[in-house]
Amino acid sequence: MIVAKRKPLNEIAEMVAPYKRVSVIGCRSCVAICLAGGEKEVKMLVSALKVKNKKEGRDQEFEALVVERQCEKEWVKEVEDKVLGSDITLSMACSLGAQTIGDMYPSHVTFPGLNTGIFGVPEEQGVWSEKCVGCGNCIIHTTGGICPISRCAKSMLNGPCGGSANRKCEVNLDTDCAWSAIYDRLKIQNRLELIEKVTPAKDWSTSHAGGRRTYVREDAKLTPHQKKGKEAIQ
Amino acid sequence: MKAGSNLEKVFESGKFAVTAEIGPPQSANPEPLTHHAKMMKGSADAFNLTDNQTAVVRLSSIASAVIIMREGIEPVIQMTCRDRNRIALQSDLFGAAALGIKNVLCLTGDHQIFGNEKPAKNVFDFDSIVELQVFDQLRREGRQVGGEVVKDPPRTYLGCAENPFATPYEYRVSRLAKKVAAGADFCQTQAIFDMVMFEKFMDEVRSRGLDKKIHILAGVIPMKSAGAARYMKNKVPGMIVPNEIVDRMKNAKDPKEEGIKLCIEQIEHLKTVKGVHGVHIMAVAWEEIVPKIVEMAGLLPRPTFQ
Repeated sequence: MIVAKRKPLNEIAEMVAPYKRVSVIGCRSCVAICLAGGEKEVKMLVSALKVKNKKEGRDQEFEALVVERQCEKEWVKEVEDKVLGSDITLSMACSLGAQTIGDMYPSHVTFPGLNTGIFGVPEEQGVWSEKCVGCGNCIIHTTGGICPISRCAKSMLNGPCGGSANRKCEVNLDTDCAWSAIYDRLKIQNRLELIEKVTPAKDWSTSHAGGRRTYVREDAKLTPHQKKGKEAIQ
Repeated sequence: MKAGSNLEKVFESGKFAVTAEIGPPQSANPEPLTHHAKMMKGSADAFNLTDNQTAVVRLSSIASAVIIMREGIEPVIQMTCRDRNRIALQSDLFGAAALGIKNVLCLTGDHQIFGNEKPAKNVFDFDSIVELQVFDQLRREGRQVGGEVVKDPPRTYLGCAENPFATPYEYRVSRLAKKVAAGADFCQTQAIFDMVMFEKFMDEVRSRGLDKKIHILAGVIPMKSAGAARYMKNKVPGMIVPNEIVDRMKNAKDPKEEGIKLCIEQIEHLKTVKGVHGVHIMAVAWEEIVPKIVEMAGLLPRPTFQ
């Protein structure tokens, strides 16, 4: 899932300071699960902002809202009146949610309340680790199911580098060396021959390096007729 | 001959090779390079110019190479993948060859977190093994990685580094084999302090016949103090310094002299290890000691070729 972190309170307060009526909109998807921007976090932030304003004598109105999935227009539509009735929206979703609101209401100002970080996996309560960077060309069938692009600090295709000591990464000694882990995994799978071979240059054009990506499923797209019907229902 | 460099000639002649490292200055001043080149001339077969090592911004390795070549000594330029994508790597290889640089050492590169520009965006389009493979294809087939045919390809002698002391230990020889398969002609090892472990590594290198396919330069670092030994033991990931060495430096009356003595003993030992074709002396911030060490290790005069 997408893992995000709330921006520091002071940074948020400073961003929204020039605006009177602030709608704060959370999301019940990934950011709720990673405890950054769900209903509870939105309410806590609004309380904190109110306390701060009271102390500093600032007069602002906050409305706490939450939608099911902020990256989908249909869900955002449900709070359209609240968004447009405020002077600014502070999105407590990942950047995708914030940008969905921004793209739907271009003349309305929407700010991010979170820093969107990683495609991550919950390792234990309160701990998420990055395991994919969305390079668009998955190779983990050749690396024991472990992604070296996201899990190696140098995204090496033929690791580990010379800085791997005690199977830890030299960049962060608390982090496992991805290539040591790949070696160990392939060993228990009896597939070590895979890292005896040179992995050649990677084609990065499927990653962000190739420019902004749009994925299309032609068979899932609505026909002009279906689109018309949908608009009529709405 | 692949490139006809002096280093290649030394290896091909079967003589025990000596290379040494020169760290370019953290400024635009060429003087320290000229100074070190003059001082070390004749004491090694080629001199490595590091490429922003530990991600600290320094005078570029290619420019440094040209500066020391003016003093009549041969460079080995290091070229890391940290700061260059495949466009820049291939372009710099052309540029280096056009300037007369014949030896290139392919490295993935230290992460920028160790350097003085920590917020930098790194590249890592390639790692060192892919870099070797692409450079080898360029020189052999005159074809870029993207397929473009190159009319006048670079003739370059290709080097790599390998660390026998990084984990997983049992994989390090395989990794060297990958570098050989990717086209490496010579290899510089991480500094060796644990001779037992290095000999074990070399046993496996020989049992796989790799010593016949690549010229291995065993890395040594002369130490000035016990502090240096402790630092390398505790702070440099992937370096193993046995306690006896730390103690020996600690108990020495004159640590500098002890460091020199130790380094010479290490070179004498490495000369006897089958499959080791030379030594690479990394006198970090102590370049002036190199001529003395080479002389005392009985490695002078260096061979010359017509």
